[in-house]
Amino acid sequence: MSKGKLAIYWAASCGGCEISILGIQEKILEVDKAFDIVLFPCGADGKVREVEKLPDKSIDLCLFNGGIRTSEQEYMARLLRAKSRVLVAFGSCAHEGCVPGLGNLHTRKEIFETNYHDSPSLDNPGGTEPHHESSVPEGTLHLPEFYDTLKTLGQTVPVDYYLPGCPPESERIWEALEAILTGQLPPPGSVIGVNTTVCDVCKRKRTEKKIKAFKRTWEVVPDEETCLLEQGLVCCGPATRAGCGALCPQVNSPCIGCYGPNGGVEDYGARLMSALASVIDSNDPEEVERIVREGLPDPVGTLYRFSLASSLLRRSSRQAEAAKA
Amino acid sequence: MAERVGVYVCHCGSNIAGMVDCEAVARWAKENVSDVAVSRDYKFMCSSLGQAMIEEDIRKEGLTRVVVAACSPHLHEKTFRRACSNAGLNPYLMQMCNIREHVSWVAQERDPATEKAKSLISAAVARVKRQEPLEPMKVGVNPRTLVVGGGIAGLQATLELADAGYPVVLVERSPSIGGHMAQFDKTFPTLDCSACILTPKMSEAYQHENVTLYSYAELEEVSGSVGAFKVRIRKRARSVREDLCTGCGACIEKCPRKVVDNDFEVGLGYRKAIYMPFPQAVPKIPVIDRENCTWFQRGKCRVCEKMCQPGAIDYDQQDEIIELDVGNIILATGWKLFDCRKIPQYGYGRLANVFTNMEFERLCNAAGPTSGKIVLRDGKTEPRSVAIVHCVGSRDKNHNEHCSAVCCMAALKFGHLVLEKTGAEVYSFYIDMRTNQKMYEEFYCRLLEEGMHFIRGRVAEITDAARMPGEEGKLIIQCEDTLLGRQRRIPVDMVILMGALEPQADAKELGLKCGISCSMAGWYTERHPKLDPVATMTDGVFVAGACQGAKDIPAAVAQGAAAAARVMGMITKGTVEIEPVVASIDEEGCSGCRICNNMCPYNAIEYDAGRNVSRVITALCKGCGTCVAACPAGVITGSHFNNEQIGAEIEGILWDARAAAGRGAAAAV
Repeated sequence: MSKGKLAIYWAASCGGCEISILGIQEKILEVDKAFDIVLFPCGADGKVREVEKLPDKSIDLCLFNGGIRTSEQEYMARLLRAKSRVLVAFGSCAHEGCVPGLGNLHTRKEIFETNYHDSPSLDNPGGTEPHHESSVPEGTLHLPEFYDTLKTLGQTVPVDYYLPGCPPESERIWEALEAILTGQLPPPGSVIGVNTTVCDVCKRKRTEKKIKAFKRTWEVVPDEETCLLEQGLVCCGPATRAGCGALCPQVNSPCIGCYGPNGGVEDYGARLMSALASVIDSNDPEEVERIVREGLPDPVGTLYRFSLASSLLRRSSRQAEAAKA
Repeated sequence: MAERVGVYVCHCGSNIAGMVDCEAVARWAKENVSDVAVSRDYKFMCSSLGQAMIEEDIRKEGLTRVVVAACSPHLHEKTFRRACSNAGLNPYLMQMCNIREHVSWVAQERDPATEKAKSLISAAVARVKRQEPLEPMKVGVNPRTLVVGGGIAGLQATLELADAGYPVVLVERSPSIGGHMAQFDKTFPTLDCSACILTPKMSEAYQHENVTLYSYAELEEVSGSVGAFKVRIRKRARSVREDLCTGCGACIEKCPRKVVDNDFEVGLGYRKAIYMPFPQAVPKIPVIDRENCTWFQRGKCRVCEKMCQPGAIDYDQQDEIIELDVGNIILATGWKLFDCRKIPQYGYGRLANVFTNMEFERLCNAAGPTSGKIVLRDGKTEPRSVAIVHCVGSRDKNHNEHCSAVCCMAALKFGHLVLEKTGAEVYSFYIDMRTNQKMYEEFYCRLLEEGMHFIRGRVAEITDAARMPGEEGKLIIQCEDTLLGRQRRIPVDMVILMGALEPQADAKELGLKCGISCSMAGWYTERHPKLDPVATMTDGVFVAGACQGAKDIPAAVAQGAAAAARVMGMITKGTVEIEPVVASIDEEGCSGCRICNNMCPYNAIEYDAGRNVSRVITALCKGCGTCVAACPAGVITGSHFNNEQIGAEIEGILWDARAAAGRGAAAAV
């Protein structure tokens, strides 16, 4: 049997997904048995120009991590979509935008201001910032264009499957690869994972929830037996798809929601917000407001930490208006 | 297969057609909304001819879905569901679209109103295509009824049901039934003795074979739903065994501890630490007020125990929890008096001879603290002039906006009693005289003839600071006489403040337990203010008397009887249909996070610890959707309101927005 072709690519992401792929350890040899790696900038050789020469649909599987922030990333997404039979949005960035997606709270201009002008650790006396085109004596140089809004892979090109997680757990990666290798795949467009939440695997004791105050992690040493949310910590477990094995709650740290929404949930942050609002133990509007203000100082960063770019909100509209003007 | 949708646009006479071009809307729907097979407009869709038209189209045109654009579903959803059923279409495949309350009644211009009607119809069509056939569930009706509150309204309801042969459980918070009416002396406008007409009803209810009375008891919890409620009643410890007590009263007589009676005698009289609220109390069984009892407070005394021949005193008695199944609940929890101290310029609590209306009721009651003598706070001086101030805490934006309904007549009654018993001058300070029931206006005329003085104007101040000769030692009423158009100062010996009737302090809490809501003012909200005055939005829960709004005795009695009649209707029918619009939890997806567990206002969610999942008890679910919104995993679905249906509805309403957005986006690029 001839080997299939595999591409692994990264766009706006941190590189954790690659490490997680290598985390499948000796099973990587099984992957090697089944596939020739045509592109894997982080782990193996392979040139874009070679990929460009391949016929369409000739890559059997492409694991694409990272969101789309620049014109180069968009080009690669389109290229790999065209060349791949199965394109997997791999990890939270490609799936729902992840932390880079929080940049959508700001405009490109603001991001550049911070990164190239305002940052206290910066030494940029000439006030240089990247430009798409720069004229030099030798001619014109091009840098990829930095977009105003980060998009997910699925918002850029059609995606066949989504593998959630920041990063996806190595066991889940292997399960997905196995499913792909054996052809036992869910219907196209679906998330490869279970349709239940972190609480399903979390061993902590749960009762009815009534919360008088939300606490931040540095404020308490949580008891190791009881549900973290019941102790006032904003644990995103109830809204987050299972798959990680409840790793964070196991080590006494609340779930931050990296596995994204459960199946069928349109907007993760709205779901979580509505759930948290439901368990606040007060009917006095002023008290409720105080509980939220004091315990949840950064609602977007807490509730949409991983999913802002893919949410119904997508980005801050005030900023979008400002950008248009 | 594509659905075949029928769209029916109602003119509602000119109610809708006056503001919406119904004909154009119907034509537009046929031409522009996909899957619309038939679209018609008609003068009165709810008429039998209108309904027949829908039925005929379902049969002849093979309609699979129906949209009726008319009034609120509150009004006619049942009508059109029935029409669909008659023609063999599942009634839940019909969607109402409210173009009257939501469009014509609130719009001011015809064109935008017509456009809005189109959007709503487009939404309804998009939604109805995704609706699923549902079957209502049938539940048997338990013939036993719970009546909460033993005032006149609750007593009337109890007796009506009991006399019809149905078992009633009557729960009363105080040690005796009777309510406020037991405190009154005379009743307007006939001036018959309140006790004489009330006490026979009290003892009849107590002795009735079909009535179980729990006095000194409160409703603690309600679960279940119409036909099959489960209720938990806390019967507070009387410290007297009801099965042994003969009501002889020896314990009361010998009890050495005397305390001010702030309940029945509103602070004007005394009672013992072991007491019955009043001599005709029902049941005739005393209660030990543990907070004032020497034995409970200081561990000495036990005189009552020594005096009690049958040995009924039980100091160790505990609260008793009684759990019962009932089919229907009638709330008749009454009212409380406005705290007149909240209006300091009227001096109540500061100026000794300013009385409240309830205090005055006790003063003129022959069984009251003064044996019916109208005297000043010193207990002996008869007043030679009395002022009656209307609307104290009523019709007042600072306190209660509502009219307390009974005060004008009660003031006239007081005027009559003062004139009859003392011959004093009586002044009534009123805003408007409201005497609009049978024989009320006649009573007013009688008082005009008897010589009561009427001064139209809201009292500014009641003071004891004399400014003019003749005012020394008097209470002076400062008021603008709006008929004369000038300020007046009238010195009197006694002032009666007609305090407002207010909702009970815990009305909202009790309402929540029973799943019914209160108006902004705090009165229980009836199902329809005109056409369904004693039912509530929760099936099987009825309201009667002043808990639904301030009212006098005849009105409270009428409501008590009406609520009983409604309950009898339910019992006679035997079964009730429960709306199949309910939530359900996908147990595969549920991770048992328990966020939904205390969300449900109807206690319809149970947690299965063994399987670590939460579950909806379908018979209890009202389909409100609270849990659906709360579920962070998105595994709770509300039938008839699922995401797909709501999404389609939103897309439908934005039928013209996509094109507009497309243009906008193009412009932006």
